[in-house]
Amino acid sequence: MSRVRYSLAESGQPAEFPPEARSRIEKILTRYPTRQAALLPVLWVAQETWGWISKEAAEEVARILELSPAHVDGVLTFYTMYNLRPVGKNLLQFCTSISCHLAGAERLMERCTKRLGVDLEQTTPDGKFTVVEVECIAGCDRAPSMMINDTYHEPMDEKKLDALLDELSEHS
Amino acid sequence: MSEKVLLARVGRRDSRSIESYLEDGGYEALRTVLTDGWTAEKLTDEVKKSGLRGRGGAGFPTGVKWTFVPKDTKGKPVYLLCNADESEPGTFKDRLLMEEDPHQVIEGVILSSYAIKCRNAYIYIRGEFYLGARILNRALEEAYAKGFLGQNILGSGFSLDVTVHRGAGAYICGEETGLIESLEGKRGQPRIKPPFPALVGVFGCPTIVNNVETLACVVHIVNRGAEWFAKIGRNEKNSGPKLYCLSGQVNRPGVYEAAMGLQMKELLFGTEYGQGMKGGRKVKAVIPGGASAAMLTAEEIEDCPLDFDGLAAKKSMLGSAAIIVMNEDTCIVEAAQNLSKFFAHESCGQCTPCREGTPWLHKVLTRIETGRGRLEDIDLLEKISNQMANGMTICVFADAAIAPVLSSVGKFREEFRYHVERKHCLVGRGASRPELVTA
Repeated sequence: MSRVRYSLAESGQPAEFPPEARSRIEKILTRYPTRQAALLPVLWVAQETWGWISKEAAEEVARILELSPAHVDGVLTFYTMYNLRPVGKNLLQFCTSISCHLAGAERLMERCTKRLGVDLEQTTPDGKFTVVEVECIAGCDRAPSMMINDTYHEPMDEKKLDALLDELSEHS
Repeated sequence: MSEKVLLARVGRRDSRSIESYLEDGGYEALRTVLTDGWTAEKLTDEVKKSGLRGRGGAGFPTGVKWTFVPKDTKGKPVYLLCNADESEPGTFKDRLLMEEDPHQVIEGVILSSYAIKCRNAYIYIRGEFYLGARILNRALEEAYAKGFLGQNILGSGFSLDVTVHRGAGAYICGEETGLIESLEGKRGQPRIKPPFPALVGVFGCPTIVNNVETLACVVHIVNRGAEWFAKIGRNEKNSGPKLYCLSGQVNRPGVYEAAMGLQMKELLFGTEYGQGMKGGRKVKAVIPGGASAAMLTAEEIEDCPLDFDGLAAKKSMLGSAAIIVMNEDTCIVEAAQNLSKFFAHESCGQCTPCREGTPWLHKVLTRIETGRGRLEDIDLLEKISNQMANGMTICVFADAAIAPVLSSVGKFREEFRYHVERKHCLVGRGASRPELVTA
């Protein structure tokens, strides 16, 4: 039901935060009494930097925060929003929890995967789209609700979905 | 009550900016408390007198919770955590409050921090609320710039820092000790209680966790008085303005504000609210308090005040006031299967009965839904459920997970039997096209 959640993947590249990200991390650290508490926010910085979190990135975060790589690994595999594999430029997240389900969310999601020719969790060969199923995203009054990356698109319907996919295929 | 309190500023032009908030009398409550010589105890007493009960789900009296922080913390700091991890299926009120009126939430955080003598507060917001987090951060910057946050606020000697902390996708982090663990940079697995967070919470220090809407209420209790607040609603134990999240097969889903104890039928059918069922279909079942609440039948929603005691009397709960409406074309087995999918996905995996029980329930429900069920599966659902909850686990997640199962099996048993025997749905798409189910 979620992206690959049980293991980290190697990128084959050393992970070193660019200076701008390093200074963001330093600022984050001033807000917490322990380095460990900065883990979730620092992982967000890592994901924003590389688009996903590789084994190397996780180890770099562990080093900076003085945590064991195993602890970071455990946290990463617990939360669903950290991408443990590269994902498409557009991460299409379909909510299928009860209110969206009642509004036909699964049929919409299926239409999307069919059109893109991928299964859930897969990325299109051009690297533009990954489709995933998510649990309630608090858009129940505008069901079916979905997100593309950080942005809500709701209520969604077949026409709007087709138009969105057209646009994103061309311009992303 | 047609007067809007919590949503008064929603829809106003520029509602997110501090200028518009100040124009509307914003931060007056903070000024009153900090410059009119209110003590922390006086503020706590007001909140106690108001009858305010937590809006996140459990309904615990907020002022009473605050008094659990020890008077002498032996030098340890006290933390306030604003629970903005709104993830209960059917719930979307806090998202609206944060996106449309962030300063109301922040003022509530500052006041409540003052009451419990907190110097560092965190707003734990679910990862998906990227927009909400951005809006809150912008609003915090404005509040710092105007001197409502930081050192020596309004010359009172009271200082406070507030940090927005984004979650990363885990329903269980809305449970207060799961939230605490998550904030500490760990997996969000709930803690055994006692000790309760008010004694040993985040970073080993006294901690209060309050929901977004709860904190917003505090602003109005200061501005208009505990008595005013206590008079709204059916009685003093179910008081105040309340946000209801209406979704499902009604004409006008949305967040609606009303006096606590609004009648369910008024919410569903009233012209100010849901305006009736989509397509004029009949009500089949309603979930009154989010996925964790037992569902009610059409008969049960007659004379059903939406407050803590009103729903407890129906053996369900107000929860996060998420009212999810299902019409006569809804296959109840399919609905239960969908709800069980959520819980199977979100179990944190810490306690065996929950980790193993939630996917098992989902498996059995899927079996019935897809036409492969056995009659004894219906009893099995109840048996599994009864082995999962009632103190078998660290937190109440398992109790939540079994509520939709036990209530649907208990109230719609004949439909489950029909589904097993005919191998397809009684109503809906799966009834007219059975191959959808058996495929």
